[in-house]
Amino acid sequence: MNAFESPTLDKRSGHIGKRQTRVEDDALLRGQGRYGDDLATPPGTLHAAVLRSPHAHARLTSLDVSRALAMPGVHGVLTGDDVKRWAQPFPVGVRQPMDHWCVAVDKVRYVGEPVAVVIAENRYLAEDALEGVCVGYEPLPVAVDTEAAIADGAVILHEAVGANVVNDRRFCYGDPQTAFDTAERRVSLKVRFPRSSCTPIECYFVLAQYDVASGGYDVTSNFQGPFALHSVMTRALKVPGNLLRLRTPPDSGGSFGIKQGVFPYVVMMGLAARKVGAPVKWVEDRLEHLQASSSSTNRVTEVEAAVTHDGRVTALRLDQLDDCGAYLRAPEPATFYRMHGNLTGAYAIRHLEVRNRVVMTNKTPTGLNRGFGGPQVYFALERLMQRIATELDLDPLEVIRRNLIPSGSFPYRAAAGALLDSGDYPKAVALGIEEGGLAELLERRKAARRAGRLYGIGYTVAVEPSISNMGYITTAMTPEERRKAGPKNGAVSTATISVGPLGDISAHVSSTPQGQGHRTVVAQVIAEVLGVPLESISVNVELDTGKDAWSIASGNYSSRFSGAVAGAVYNAALKIKQRLAVIAAEQWGVDAERVRFGEGRVFVDGGDASASFHRIAGATHWSPGTLPESESGGLRETAFWTPPELVAPDDNDLINSSLCYGFIFDYCGVEIDRITGAVRIDRYVTLHDAGRMLNPDLVDGQVRGGFAQGLGVALMEEFAYGDDGSFISGTFADYLVPTAVEVPEPLILHMETPSPFTPLGAKGVGEGNNMSTPVCVANGVADALGIKDIELPLTPSKVRTLMGFDEPPRPEGVGEEVAKQTPGGSLLTASDSVEIPGTPRQVFDNLLDPDTLAAIIPGCHALELTGENAYRADVTVGVGMIRARFDARVALRDLDPPHALRLSGAGTSSMGSAEGSAKIRLTEIEGGKTRLDYDYEASVGGKVASVGGRMLQSASKMIIAQIFTRLSRHLGGAAPKASLWQRIKRLVTGKGGQS
Amino acid sequence: MHVKSDQRTRVIFTLNGRERSGHAEPRMQLSDFLRHEMGATGTHIGCEHGVCGACTVLVDGRASRACLMLAVQVHGRRLETVESLAEDGGLNDLQQAFHNHHALQCGFCTAGILMSCSEFLARVPAPTETQVRDMLSGHLCRCTGYTGIVNAVLEVAATRRQFQEGDTEQENNNV
Amino acid sequence: MKPAAFDYARPTTRREACDLLFDAGDAARIIAGGQSLMAVLNMRLAEPRLLIDISAIDDLRTIERREGYLAVGAGVTQAELLEHPTLADEVPLLAQAMPWIGHAQTRNRGTVCGSIAHADPSAELPLCLLTLGGEVVLETRKGKSRRVAAGEFFQGVLTTARRSDELITEVRFPLKRPGRAYRFQEIAMRHGDFAIVALAAVIADDAVELGVGGVADRPVMRTLPHGEKLADALNEFAWSLNAQDDAHASAIYRRHLVRELGIRLIDGETPQEDGANARQV
Repeated sequence: MNAFESPTLDKRSGHIGKRQTRVEDDALLRGQGRYGDDLATPPGTLHAAVLRSPHAHARLTSLDVSRALAMPGVHGVLTGDDVKRWAQPFPVGVRQPMDHWCVAVDKVRYVGEPVAVVIAENRYLAEDALEGVCVGYEPLPVAVDTEAAIADGAVILHEAVGANVVNDRRFCYGDPQTAFDTAERRVSLKVRFPRSSCTPIECYFVLAQYDVASGGYDVTSNFQGPFALHSVMTRALKVPGNLLRLRTPPDSGGSFGIKQGVFPYVVMMGLAARKVGAPVKWVEDRLEHLQASSSSTNRVTEVEAAVTHDGRVTALRLDQLDDCGAYLRAPEPATFYRMHGNLTGAYAIRHLEVRNRVVMTNKTPTGLNRGFGGPQVYFALERLMQRIATELDLDPLEVIRRNLIPSGSFPYRAAAGALLDSGDYPKAVALGIEEGGLAELLERRKAARRAGRLYGIGYTVAVEPSISNMGYITTAMTPEERRKAGPKNGAVSTATISVGPLGDISAHVSSTPQGQGHRTVVAQVIAEVLGVPLESISVNVELDTGKDAWSIASGNYSSRFSGAVAGAVYNAALKIKQRLAVIAAEQWGVDAERVRFGEGRVFVDGGDASASFHRIAGATHWSPGTLPESESGGLRETAFWTPPELVAPDDNDLINSSLCYGFIFDYCGVEIDRITGAVRIDRYVTLHDAGRMLNPDLVDGQVRGGFAQGLGVALMEEFAYGDDGSFISGTFADYLVPTAVEVPEPLILHMETPSPFTPLGAKGVGEGNNMSTPVCVANGVADALGIKDIELPLTPSKVRTLMGFDEPPRPEGVGEEVAKQTPGGSLLTASDSVEIPGTPRQVFDNLLDPDTLAAIIPGCHALELTGENAYRADVTVGVGMIRARFDARVALRDLDPPHALRLSGAGTSSMGSAEGSAKIRLTEIEGGKTRLDYDYEASVGGKVASVGGRMLQSASKMIIAQIFTRLSRHLGGAAPKASLWQRIKRLVTGKGGQS
Repeated sequence: MHVKSDQRTRVIFTLNGRERSGHAEPRMQLSDFLRHEMGATGTHIGCEHGVCGACTVLVDGRASRACLMLAVQVHGRRLETVESLAEDGGLNDLQQAFHNHHALQCGFCTAGILMSCSEFLARVPAPTETQVRDMLSGHLCRCTGYTGIVNAVLEVAATRRQFQEGDTEQENNNV
Repeated sequence: MKPAAFDYARPTTRREACDLLFDAGDAARIIAGGQSLMAVLNMRLAEPRLLIDISAIDDLRTIERREGYLAVGAGVTQAELLEHPTLADEVPLLAQAMPWIGHAQTRNRGTVCGSIAHADPSAELPLCLLTLGGEVVLETRKGKSRRVAAGEFFQGVLTTARRSDELITEVRFPLKRPGRAYRFQEIAMRHGDFAIVALAAVIADDAVELGVGGVADRPVMRTLPHGEKLADALNEFAWSLNAQDDAHASAIYRRHLVRELGIRLIDGETPQEDGANARQV
């Protein structure tokens, strides 16, 4: 049954389901969009810049803002002390003693963590003053790799928790143990899914004001929801809900989940406004966004299936580690639980065992990202299905088909509790095979392989959940904890429709879109119900918690618009229609049941009475005295809608985590270049059953966009970290996003099985390809290469490495011994040697001489003695045009005169941190000369590591070599002098000699 | 000319066919100048390091990144931004084609793409799809998957060629 | 992400520019197209005291064919050179390589000499200049100038033989020589990205000059034999470059590409695939 078939709809105008172009476009195409940074600001608005940690893990030992405060245009600096005074840590979804403040208070736990906020007259001046904030860091060991972080002896991020696993839950559905004990075959796989982000082209935006009189905050931000986080923000700000007025701009430049993560900055900038007593605006820049905004959750999964000989999966066992970064930021650990009810995907697998562990590491905190939880689940599950086929020597598609939930079994209760609302999976697969041209694709593979080319086909089926149950996250708690906390469930959506005195229609929805075209669809639905022209309807999607209808589920996430929000619009329109029908019926003396709406008119079915829509609607404003007694006058209706199917998790941890479950069947043909390892997508077919389509153009748009992002994750996108926790994907030249050249056009197919649970029969469709495409491409590559372990992204270098190199040896004397290298890491090591005039003793003594040191350190402006053989140096270091001034500590240690010593340095600059240490050995050679051999290790952190990765190795090598060539030049005859320390010592003690 | 770092200098230039002037310190990016001094907020800022293309404008007719130019550098030059495209109150053919082909979603990258396409179509009247995609590779769009954009550009090229046939000799497409 | 403060000068003569450079020395940076420099300034990876904008110096904006070479002035953009009507005849390697530089939108402003001055080890123009055996012309105060061969000019990552008071006024690309074939190929992560490996070859009957970019800390050129000794020579060349791992490609992968793509490029087996042809707008 589908409410859309309601008999109250007359003269179907065909608006719903039509390929309707968008009402949003005109303004956007003229450059008249109004995004956050386009809005007028209140007079006196100041601008913020955020000082961020260059260290992945460090204790804050000091913070001195005095120099910054004295700089031009600076009004104030918000620090951890202010935040401690006015705010409190963000509430966390699991019961653990972890304090996450909007500005670091005692420790920093990831590169890019905010340490202070400078507020100045403009952004340029604010950034200038970042250099005037002096922070003392005591670097700590790091936990970066997910598995290493849970191993014994790993450094603990949150000491009070005592471990890096902050949530550990086990689930058992059915009888997996028996199924595994009696399994004919077992197939297992371990996969790692990397971090990425859909990187909207507009970054975060916040404009905050603080009202001293009320103690309230008024903030405009391109926050996307869920508005459950409004409560998280008010808790952190220590104000009641009505003292945080949160508004969104009319337009938002993309989000894909990521703009959920702006919420800590809403709090931060609110406090910044309070600090300076003026409105404060902050526009996040791209470096900040890539490094520290938010990210999808990287996951390590061990998965095992109990399988029959013919490929039927009887049970699944999943051991999953979610790496949520340095803090468990709301709504995490939702990446796990968003998918929990439907963990068995599109398959009729009744026995399931799951262990979910949430791990803290020194990386950026994670959050919503399109597909949320799905890519991770399907990468494990669908790779496993492909492995089952390979290991059992079956056709992968056949293995998929044998395990699908059978036709005619919907609604279907999946093992972990999802109530799959509708679908016909076998029919959809058959349709995809037929219309997508699989037979021809198989021929292409055959032909390619005959010609000796590397060609593979990948398949994936996926269930795409939409309209999240706001209670799913409580599955992270034990039943006992849930009982204590009280049940959470549902998904309230809202819509308001007003009809003005001239019959003009305005609608408001609290769905905070970021480009999906909600205004268009809302207008389509209203035009359909009320029989008015689409163009006459004005839809407002700004959300203002101070005066609009909203609830905790408001916002744009979990693909909830078409099922839930458009449904609420439909319900609100029906309310308006019902009221107008009663008014018209009374005027005409007919039964309200006979009143119809269409073509801008209200009329009687089978009768003569007819009036324009605006005439009937106008009566509610102009002549309320003429209305039936039941009528209040005025015409505005708000509908709240929540589906009864979304109940809280039960005591057996069964959870219907979403309301709707679409179906996706994807397959692709990929070809791999034998020489370069480049993966070319030859063909990509994607079939979607997302229930009733409200606007197929917009559906196709979502599929194309999701496909492009999924392809990026498959082939190139990754937030990469060095072993020391440095972030190394800091620009759009390092974090690679597919362009028009890399994205082919997929063949998009549709099937429509309306949802029985949503008012219009629609389901979400926005995230499916982010879930299905990465693993589909991976399966294609696995098929082409015949290999098991596939790790994304499948860069040419990585794919070619999977194929194996048969490398000719390094010819004698050519090139250097390959030093230990950390691929993509930031630890730089090398060795070299240089010949220097003078004996080892002379060289050694010279190195201890501060004048020599000052002369040989490139770009040294000043050297100040701070202890025995220890100095503070002011140096400008760099290569080419790239230069930064470092405040550095230089020390000479492990002295073994005149044979060896260690020269080390560490410093910070606006570009980030750098430290290095060179072990130096001196050997006397012929001609009164010395051979100086050195091995160095250096590492850099902060901005320079995140943007300069490509050149760091060469650059560090060049800079370090400069020191020793300068030494050699310096010693072209110079006599060694006593070190400054020795001279001071002589003065003080009257003794000379070596120290 | 020689301007001190803290000195605001007057920049006079042509913006969308009209002479405009404003003041800028040497370090002010052209993108900030256009948006916040000139009020031309249709040009957006996406990366400030020249990769995403959102801030692309025409400088003396050539598509250029506004984030990789200084305001002081456009003194005496002719600039066009997205606000110049609509004709007689209506969308121009390129904008209309973007609308028809669902070539935009959030619209944030769109202004820069429109400006690149404008220059491209003027120089390459009969492009292949490969050429269009090559030109678009200087832009990042995260919403659309690019298909609608490619189709819109190809359609405009074809329509303009049809329109010009008859009064123009064979266009030289070799640029 | 805004630049630190700097003074700005826009001289109209070379002499004026050289005087400014002489006075400011290393604290000054030349800006021509700014397509590398502006990104670096925006990120505050450099904080020069003075920017000297040479775009108003008219006599730097010329492309001139002279005896044996094509002289490209410091104000000439990459787009202008690429659109130069006789480029494919005069310096065919450039006509092949230049479409790989960034994107049309950056080539519109980025200058030829700017790319040479920046000396990015992955950049196409330094690789071409080196492989062709071209020269850089530098000028100092009082009109003194010197020429530096490309092989000496590129000294390391972002590091050149230019002294801080010198202005690059032009670069000289040797003209096509009879009996030579010119070929270029590049592997990058995406269209327009920095090269993982870029190869430029000048192929004569008796030997090959092969330049490799993207692997060592600067472009490197070797003369290689044809025939059965080529494979070993390429292997030696590949190892000599001391390839590094980075986030996008491993050292072994880079060596592999030098060997495998090198031999195919030299033997003329590199297909002119669609993608390569596309880069010719």
